[in-house]
Amino acid sequence: MNHAQQVDIELIVNHEKINCRVPVRVNLVDFLRNELGLTGSHVGCEQGVCGACTVEVDGTMVRGCLMLAAQADGSTVNTIEGFAESGRAGHLQQAFATHNALQCGFCTPGMLASALEYLEQGGVADRAAIRQHISGNYCRCTGYQAIVDAIEEVAGQTETTDGQ
Amino acid sequence: MANKNAPLHLFDRPNSYIGQSVPRPEAHNLLAGRGQYVDDLQLPRMLHAAFLRSPYAHADILTIDTTAAADSAGVVAVYSGADFADQVTPWVGELTHLTGLRSPPQMPLAIDTATWQGEPVAMVVASSRALAEDACALIDVQYQPREAVCDPVAALLPESPVIHSEYKNNLAWERDVTAGDVEPAFADPANTVVEQVLRFGRHTGVTLEPRSSVVEFNPAEQTLTYHYSGQAPHMMQAVLAKHMQLPEENIRIIARDVGGSFGIKIHTYGDDIATALAARLLARPVKFIADRLESFASDIHARDHHIKARLAVTSDGTIAALQMYDYTGIGPYSMYPRTSAIECNQILNLTGAPYKIENYHANGKVVFQNKNMMCQYRAVGHPVAMAVADSLLEQAAREIKMDVVEIRRRNLIEDNAYPVVSATGMKFADLSHQQALERLVELMQYEKLRKQQSTANENSIRTGIGLVSMVEVTNPSPMFYGIGGAPISAQDGATVRMDAAGALHVSCSITEQGQGTNTIIAQVAAGVFGVDIKRVKVTTGDTATTPYGGGTWASRGAGIGGEAVLLAADALKQQVLEVAAIVLQSNADSLDISQGNVIDKSDSAQRMSLDELGKLVYYRGSELPAEVQPEFVATRHFRVSDFPFVFTNGAMAAQVEVDTDTGIVKVLDFWVVEDCGRVINPKLVDEQIRGGVVQGIGGALFEECLYSDDGQLLNATMADYLVPMAGEMPDIHIAHIETPTSTSTLGAKGAGEAGTGGAPAAILNAINDALAPLGASIHTMPATPERILQALGEVPT
Repeated sequence: MNHAQQVDIELIVNHEKINCRVPVRVNLVDFLRNELGLTGSHVGCEQGVCGACTVEVDGTMVRGCLMLAAQADGSTVNTIEGFAESGRAGHLQQAFATHNALQCGFCTPGMLASALEYLEQGGVADRAAIRQHISGNYCRCTGYQAIVDAIEEVAGQTETTDGQ
Repeated sequence: MANKNAPLHLFDRPNSYIGQSVPRPEAHNLLAGRGQYVDDLQLPRMLHAAFLRSPYAHADILTIDTTAAADSAGVVAVYSGADFADQVTPWVGELTHLTGLRSPPQMPLAIDTATWQGEPVAMVVASSRALAEDACALIDVQYQPREAVCDPVAALLPESPVIHSEYKNNLAWERDVTAGDVEPAFADPANTVVEQVLRFGRHTGVTLEPRSSVVEFNPAEQTLTYHYSGQAPHMMQAVLAKHMQLPEENIRIIARDVGGSFGIKIHTYGDDIATALAARLLARPVKFIADRLESFASDIHARDHHIKARLAVTSDGTIAALQMYDYTGIGPYSMYPRTSAIECNQILNLTGAPYKIENYHANGKVVFQNKNMMCQYRAVGHPVAMAVADSLLEQAAREIKMDVVEIRRRNLIEDNAYPVVSATGMKFADLSHQQALERLVELMQYEKLRKQQSTANENSIRTGIGLVSMVEVTNPSPMFYGIGGAPISAQDGATVRMDAAGALHVSCSITEQGQGTNTIIAQVAAGVFGVDIKRVKVTTGDTATTPYGGGTWASRGAGIGGEAVLLAADALKQQVLEVAAIVLQSNADSLDISQGNVIDKSDSAQRMSLDELGKLVYYRGSELPAEVQPEFVATRHFRVSDFPFVFTNGAMAAQVEVDTDTGIVKVLDFWVVEDCGRVINPKLVDEQIRGGVVQGIGGALFEECLYSDDGQLLNATMADYLVPMAGEMPDIHIAHIETPTSTSTLGAKGAGEAGTGGAPAAILNAINDALAPLGASIHTMPATPERILQALGEVPT
């Protein structure tokens, strides 16, 4: 493969239309970080194991390190910056802050993305199910309990709202 | 004891935030993806570094041909070890108070010989990391492989190859500690003697943010700015100044958000130094971000201990003697500047530390080997020391048919006995082992759990309960490093100033890696001074703007930095009250500050707001008498001076389930009782403990850097090296006892490492409690399914 080969891509990132020429070998998270300055998505392992680069592509949470930027051509991408600015993750952000569900913050954007996925798929306030759902996101600092507390609280609020 | 008579009402004031779970103000930033980590920096003309690393654990480097790499696209420079030889002075990982410790000089890149797989051999600097990596693949290095020395016990045998030709053997350091006489106790037939060989595998920090450096050099001013992901900015400044031969004041270290550290990012790494050298040579910013493979191969590893230990108890369960021999492999060099002998030293000092032990003998041998370097990582030595003593103690209890809580009751140092000097010479004060144990028994409902256990173990699933009583070294004095010649400060400073709007600005030399340093600084300052915490702005992590200090390590931030903040805020308050007294024609002693207002002490009547006073002082100074020049800024420093360390204590317990068919251990429950002195922020302390416990569980059950016999790291990916994930971890129950340290007014001891120090022993004991009825036991960490099945005799060893 010619490493210098480049392709033109067009995509929507956080509601903004992007046209860019990228080297074919650049992965999505490096593109988001280095080309668009969206540094909220983090690079932890580059193997799809740690979850720090989790972003949303066409409605699905994916690993930004396991997808090439070129593959996102024509896609709609949302990152932590988008979730925060749109208010979509507001309830989770507040619960994470209240429960101190983050320390160094490096896993946090990916963890929030997975938590958001859990809630938007109708996840309930079940600690074991929450633990299972976020078990692809590595956090070295918290020991996970506070993260589970935060997601459980929001899931509980959602259930209550639904019940009404 | 200097501040013993200080008024306790400091913490009962209306603005006091001590003891409150104040949320971290920076959390919302991090939750919005607005953190500022080193890799987020994009500087004009910035270049990117990649390293070619030795594929051999031990090899002579015959030739390095960089011609093709230098011609590769985007490449600006290619360096080998020789290119840096006149740019930097070598560093040596020795401390004078660790008598006899030796280690050869180290350079940023290997010269002539590579001594571990992963050692940087050459460096490419290019316009992108990808192009730098492309060029690395074009560097042609000819090696002559040599026999790798990997096992620390075999490394000391006479027939072993010697790694460093200047030495006669592979021994880096040895220490022997003797108190009383152990032999009569072991010889006494009335005593029960238990003996084990314990092995503690290597594991590593796996900070989610890897080691990261961006270095800028200004040739006109000869100034260097190092954007640092680490814990000790002033240490890094001193290290760079000394070895790059720059004036210390020309170096600025800036640490913004740090994505985890745990002791990993507090050492001198060749690739980081090479990055700084390249930035100076090229006069352009250079970025180096370790990838995950490099992190596993070159971030310091921890543990790697082979221990033989025995314990004698009398028929009533009293400890009669403890003896241990520790071999620890540290890689080819002692790490700089903290050295790689500290963990062994801690183990010799701390094994059995919670207990009354008169007869103690311990020998530690620190050994060179051809593996990545081993050095201080969260809870240095503690998990090993606690697991050795408490696993032998629980085994002894089983043999004399005594309950494991009861045997601790008989041996713990009594809460009213302090101050106490241990057999190993450690000075203990203000500890509460007995209270902690009893509180733990209550918290976990020990008796009930034991009853349930006796009826539950019917099939292949066996449950077990294990405990640990522990100490933790916190708030170290200069006796830890500084006395041995390391550029590591044991004191910290805080500057507190009031601005024209009556707000406080605090800058402090301790640092934030997510544990909540900045929050507790604000809590202390706001409460002592008398303003709402929202009016306090905190700066840490910048050598240009903070007072000099050690940073954050050894669970010292709150205890030492917190006290400096307390002293500075109190000094500022006195200044403000004296000026206010002049303005109000009152007496400073009759005034106080509360909720941002100067008030009368007697009836709390509001006299003037700080905002008003600030504006008067800064804008309308003409209203003050000519001889009055308010400063409204105070700096104070603090160090622990009466003790080498301020110890904390705790008691922990684990309940596990062992599947004897699969060997899989499931942690069902975990309890912690911790006495870290005065708790400044309960939520933050609890979260330190929880995170620490989970890190300890990782070391006990999952995490190991596996090497082949010829020194190849076999599992350097996150898919192969197992870390604790949410699905396997239990909820962790925590209770506190607060015995403030009498070494400070604040009374805070450290809490950051307790969980990691104690959890492995509790887990190991719980597993052995589950296996005991089957006549099996395990003394190797991590206790993987394979090892459990080997212990059960189900699979061959």
